[in-house]
Amino acid sequence: MPKLLSGAEIVFKALEDQKVEYIFGYPGGAVLPIYDELKNHKSIKHILARHEQGAGHSAEGYARSSGKPGVLLVTSGPGATNAVTALTDAYMDSIPLVCISGQVPTHLIGTDAFQECDTTGITRPCTKHNWLVKDVNDLSRILHLAFEVATTGRPGPVLVDIPKDIQFKKGKYKFFKNTLKKKLNGKATHKISNSELDKFIDLIKKSSKPIFYTGGGVINSGPEASKYLRELVSLTGFPITSTLQGLGAYPGDDPQFLGMLGMHGTYEANNAMHDCDLMINIGARFDDRITGKVDEFSPGSKKIHVDIDPSSIGKNIKVDLAIVSDVTELLKSLIKRFKEKNKNFVNSNKQKTSKWWEQIEKWREKKSLNFINSEKVIKPQHAVQRLYELTKNQDTFITTEVGQHQMWAAQHYKFDKPNRWMTSGGLGTMGYGLPAAIGVQIANPGKLVIDIAGEASVLMTMQEMSTAVQYRLPIKIFILNNEYMGMVRQWQELLHEKNYSESYTAALPDFVKLAESYGCVGIRAKTPNELDEKIKEMINIDKPVIFDCVVDKAENCFPMIPSGKPHNQMILGPEEEKEISDEGKILV
Amino acid sequence: MAKSRSAYSVPGKIGKIERHIIVVWVDNEAGVLARIAGLFSGRGYNIESLAVAEVDKKKHISRITIVTEGTPQVIEQINLQLKKLVPVHKVADFRRGEKDILFRELALFKILGNSKKIEKVKKICKKFNPVILDKSNKSVVIQVTALRAEIDKLALDLKSLGLISTSRTGAVAMTKGPKIFN
Repeated sequence: MPKLLSGAEIVFKALEDQKVEYIFGYPGGAVLPIYDELKNHKSIKHILARHEQGAGHSAEGYARSSGKPGVLLVTSGPGATNAVTALTDAYMDSIPLVCISGQVPTHLIGTDAFQECDTTGITRPCTKHNWLVKDVNDLSRILHLAFEVATTGRPGPVLVDIPKDIQFKKGKYKFFKNTLKKKLNGKATHKISNSELDKFIDLIKKSSKPIFYTGGGVINSGPEASKYLRELVSLTGFPITSTLQGLGAYPGDDPQFLGMLGMHGTYEANNAMHDCDLMINIGARFDDRITGKVDEFSPGSKKIHVDIDPSSIGKNIKVDLAIVSDVTELLKSLIKRFKEKNKNFVNSNKQKTSKWWEQIEKWREKKSLNFINSEKVIKPQHAVQRLYELTKNQDTFITTEVGQHQMWAAQHYKFDKPNRWMTSGGLGTMGYGLPAAIGVQIANPGKLVIDIAGEASVLMTMQEMSTAVQYRLPIKIFILNNEYMGMVRQWQELLHEKNYSESYTAALPDFVKLAESYGCVGIRAKTPNELDEKIKEMINIDKPVIFDCVVDKAENCFPMIPSGKPHNQMILGPEEEKEISDEGKILV
Repeated sequence: MAKSRSAYSVPGKIGKIERHIIVVWVDNEAGVLARIAGLFSGRGYNIESLAVAEVDKKKHISRITIVTEGTPQVIEQINLQLKKLVPVHKVADFRRGEKDILFRELALFKILGNSKKIEKVKKICKKFNPVILDKSNKSVVIQVTALRAEIDKLALDLKSLGLISTSRTGAVAMTKGPKIFN
C-alpha cells in the first residue's frame, strides 16, 4: 500500500512534481496546515507579499517574464477576495496562474463561518476553471489538472479551494500527467492543413497593401514564436504593427516596425491598418482599443486571424481566413511551406508593395510621437526616452501601472525581446506594476527591472515595497509624478469641458522619505538637466529605489483615436483637440 | 453635465436575431450548471428555457438543453464559449424550425371545475398527448407534451375553463432517424 500523505503534504508534493520554485502568498487561519508544511520543502521558496492582490500580480510578473506558471497561496475569505483582481487581470491577459486558497472546514461550509466566502462562486467568471476539493483523495489529481488547464491552450488563471480539514486528512498521492484528454481551446487536436497554409500564402502573394498585426499570443507561445515571426516578416518584406501586449515580439527599432497601434498607437500603424488590403492578425484579439469603430474598421481588407482560442475568432470582427493554432506551430509550418515555393519573394514582390511603403513613409513623416520638449520642466515622454537610452544596452525588464505613463512607456521604450514588457492591458489594473516587478525580479535575478509608474497607480499597491526590501529585490520604481490621475485628467480636459472632477491627488506622500521609511533609496528629479545623472544613479544602486520624477502636470498623451472614431481619424496633438464630436464624448 | 450613457465603442450594426436550441453534454459535478448559467448571464446572452438531467449514470454525464436567441455572431460565440468550459464534452446547436430535429416541452395544468368542464378541457388538449394524472370531483391535473407555442396557446385557452396552476419544463431535443448528435 502506498504511503498516505496529509492534504498539505500532497499540495507540496504536487508543486514539487510540477517543478514549482516560488510561491507568492500570505498566510491565514484556513491555510495554516499548508504553511506548516512549507519548512519541509526546501526547493520551494515562499515570497511573503503584503496584500493578496500584490501576491497575485507578483505571480503574474513571474509568469510573464519566465514563461512558467505563477503560483499563489492565500487564505479563505478576504484572502481569496483580495486575490480576485489579480485573477481577473490574469484572465484578461492570458497569464497562467495557479491559485491555491484555504477554505473553512467542510462541515462549516455554508454556515457563514468566520472568514468563509463562496470562493469558487466568486472566482468562477475570472478563472479558466476552479475546484473545491471535498475529498483528499481527489487532491493530487485536481492539482495536476489545475496546472494543465492553466498552461495549455490559451493560458489563464485557475483556482483550487482546499478546506482546512482536507489539508489535515491523509490520502493517496499520484502524479497525473496529461489527464485532460479532451481538447482545450482546440490546441490538442487541431492540425494545420496544407490547404489552410496555401490559402494563407495565396493571400500574401496577392496583396499589394499588406500588414502584420501581432499580439500577446506571440509572446505567450514562447520565444520560438518571436524568432519565427521575425523570419516571416523579413521573408515577406511586409510592414508590422503590434498591440500593447505584443511589444517585444518584433524589434521596436526595426524599419519594418510601424510602432504600436490602437487608441494611442502611431499615425502610420493606424492608417496602415485602415487602408491595408490584407491584414494578418497573429495572436491578437481585435480588442475595442484596437478596432475603434467596428463598422468602419479596415473596410477594404481581407483578414487572416491566427488564434489558439476559437472563441476569439469572429467575436468582434469577421475574418476571411481563420486558423485555430498555437502561433509557433503555425509560423513554423507556414514558413516551411512558403520557402518551398517562393524563393526570393521579397525582391520579386518589392515592386508590388513599393507604393504602399511610400504611403507608409508619408504617414511616418508626421512623426506622431513627437512632443514639444522643455528645458524647464521634465516632459514625461522625454523621461521615458532618457530611461530607454540609458538602459537599452543591458537586458532590461519593464513593468507599468495603468494610465498615461503606461502609454508613454509603450510608445517611447523600444523592446527588442519578448517577455521584457509586463503591463496590465485587458483589465487595466492600476497598482499592477510594482508587485509585478517583484515577480519579474524573482524570476530574473541580477537583471534590471523597472516599473514605469504613475504616482496615483503606484500608491494602490505601495505596501509591496516592503516585500521588495525583505527579499533584497533591487526593483526600480520610476514614477512619472504629475499629481493627477493623468489619463482621467486628459479625458476630462478633452471630453468633459475641463471639469477635473476628483482627478487631482492632494496630500501625496513625499516619495523620497517614503522610500527611506521602507529602507530603500529615494531619488527625486525636478529638472531636465539633472534627469540623466539621477537615472544613472538609480541604475547603479543595488537596492530597491523609488524615483520621483516630477513631470509636467498638464501633458496629454497623443496621438489618440477618440472612442467611436475609425483608425484614420486620429488626434495628433493639442492643436487638433477641438475636433472631438459630442458623440465621441459619451464613449469610454 | 455630459450625458451619462457610456459604452466601450459605438454599437455596430445588429444582425438578425435567431432562436436556437443548444444541447450541451457536461460532467455532472458540483457547480456545473452555475458555470453554464454564469457564462450566459456574464456575457449578456439570453436563456429562454433550460432543461437539465443526468443521462448517463455511469459516466455522470448530464444533458443540458438551452433555448436562446441572438444574432448569428452571438450564437457562434455561445457555442465556442461553451466548448471552452472544462466540464463540457460536446455542444450541438439547432435552429428552431429545423426539419430533422424533434422538440418537446412538457406541461402540467391544474383545472378546477365540474366534470362537464373537464370533458371540454380534455377535448382541447386532445392533440397534445393528454394524460390525466390526478382527478377529484372538483379538479383535474392534466399533463401535455407539445411545442412551446402550442403550450402557450393551450394555457391561454384553458384560462376560461378554470386553469389555476401551470408548471412547465424547458424544451428537450432529439434528432429524427437513426442519427445522433455529435
